[in-house]
Amino acid sequence: MSLGSGLAKGLAITLRTMTRRAVTAQYPESQPELPPRSRGVIGLFEENCTVCMLCARECPDWCIYIDSHKETLPATTPGGRDRSRNVLDRFAIDFSLCMYCGICVEVCPFDALFWSPEFEYATTDISELTHERDKLRAWMWTVPEPPPLDPAAEEPKEIAAARKSAEKAAEKAAEKAVEADGGEGGG
Amino acid sequence: MDWLDVAVRVLAVLVAFLVLPLLVGQLEHKAMAHMQGRVGPMHAGGFHGWAQLVADGVKFAQKEDTVPEGADRRLFQLAPGVALVPYLVVLIAIPLGPDGMVGQAVDAGIFFVLAALGVGVLGSLIAGWASANKYALLGGLRTAAQLMAYELPLLLAAASVAMAAGTLSLPGILDAFEWWWVPWQLVGAFVFFTAGLAELQRPPFDAPIAPEEIIFGAYTEYSGLRFAFFLLAEYAGIVVVSALTAVLFLGGWHGPWSDQLGWLWTLLKTGALCFVVIWARVAWPRLRADQIQKFAWTVLVPLALAQIAFTGVIKVVSG
Repeated sequence: MSLGSGLAKGLAITLRTMTRRAVTAQYPESQPELPPRSRGVIGLFEENCTVCMLCARECPDWCIYIDSHKETLPATTPGGRDRSRNVLDRFAIDFSLCMYCGICVEVCPFDALFWSPEFEYATTDISELTHERDKLRAWMWTVPEPPPLDPAAEEPKEIAAARKSAEKAAEKAAEKAVEADGGEGGG
Repeated sequence: MDWLDVAVRVLAVLVAFLVLPLLVGQLEHKAMAHMQGRVGPMHAGGFHGWAQLVADGVKFAQKEDTVPEGADRRLFQLAPGVALVPYLVVLIAIPLGPDGMVGQAVDAGIFFVLAALGVGVLGSLIAGWASANKYALLGGLRTAAQLMAYELPLLLAAASVAMAAGTLSLPGILDAFEWWWVPWQLVGAFVFFTAGLAELQRPPFDAPIAPEEIIFGAYTEYSGLRFAFFLLAEYAGIVVVSALTAVLFLGGWHGPWSDQLGWLWTLLKTGALCFVVIWARVAWPRLRADQIQKFAWTVLVPLALAQIAFTGVIKVVSG
């Protein structure tokens, strides 16, 4: 490209850009639209938590604090065994330490931790960045629905398992019905 | 001479000097932003950041005014004034409209204006020398080299117009102006405007400032109000060079209904040229110091000489 046409091209591009709408999003006035997997904050779905401590142990910077106690449930059937159960007392994440790696979310076997795109929780004091379970639970409401799968994607494991067992049950029921029919006809 | 008349003229020039550079600065904020797909300042003053430069001024006024230890104190403090005041002086001689709508009609107007313009650049030179800083000195030397190279084409291009009009007075040139001077002096206009841009050290001729390599050159050590004066001088310089180009080459106040709206034509032409200055900054990369020299001596000077020859030939043939 010769010098002159390059200069003209520069002028043309800048002028064209000027006549178009700017891409700037005016943040405080208009909220950004963040994709569902944005790493804004970690929400706790505490009904699913079994206090297995995996998240706290896997956390690279030890920012998850969990306290719990054991509770004994009396046997439901006469002669049965009493069962013990973990009860969550405290679940806190120190977001001044958290590096948003998401390992806790990945590692949770019971789907109790989720990413939320919520990001407006800056504080003026670093100690206020440790958020307790009620706050983490409240953030669950901001977790968006997961995006739909790709058209050709594999079925999610949970759905595949549920479908399989449903098919099996249907098969069994059909077999039973056939058996019953055969018994009647033979009699 | 009527005292009231003098007071009004001085006041008008002062107001223009204080307002026009700020308008250009704001235009630069907004036009540059939109050319880059941004929106620029939006909050200061409420409506699209119109008061951004006022806010900047307040900020600059609050900053500490420091002088480096090894600096030549007197010169260091004087330099921003040397950079700024000449543009105010130039503004006095630029005609705004017909029938004496000018701060002061100077007989040798072109001489006066170009001499004062050259003094303005000396501000950067003094600042670069007095700062006792390597970057500032580098910037100052580059400024000096640029001043040497571009003063010549600037003068030659202006001389071409003076030849065409047969007068050195700016209002006199405008009185003699005909529309066909625009194509006639087109090459001269290009040379004058480009050389003016280089004198102001505006991109793409801003190697003496070059924040990315010699951290603002001569202005490295300045802060607070003195730095603000240098910035103001830059914008005042844009106004002055644009206004001079408009007056010398684009016919100044000439245009439809110039009896009443002459001043508007001058302002419109000046504004359009100011926009071109900003546009060039956004669109084009910076030239190296040696490229700047080469451009002046191998392109602009020959073009200016050719324009003078062309002007002379036409003048002899037609007159």
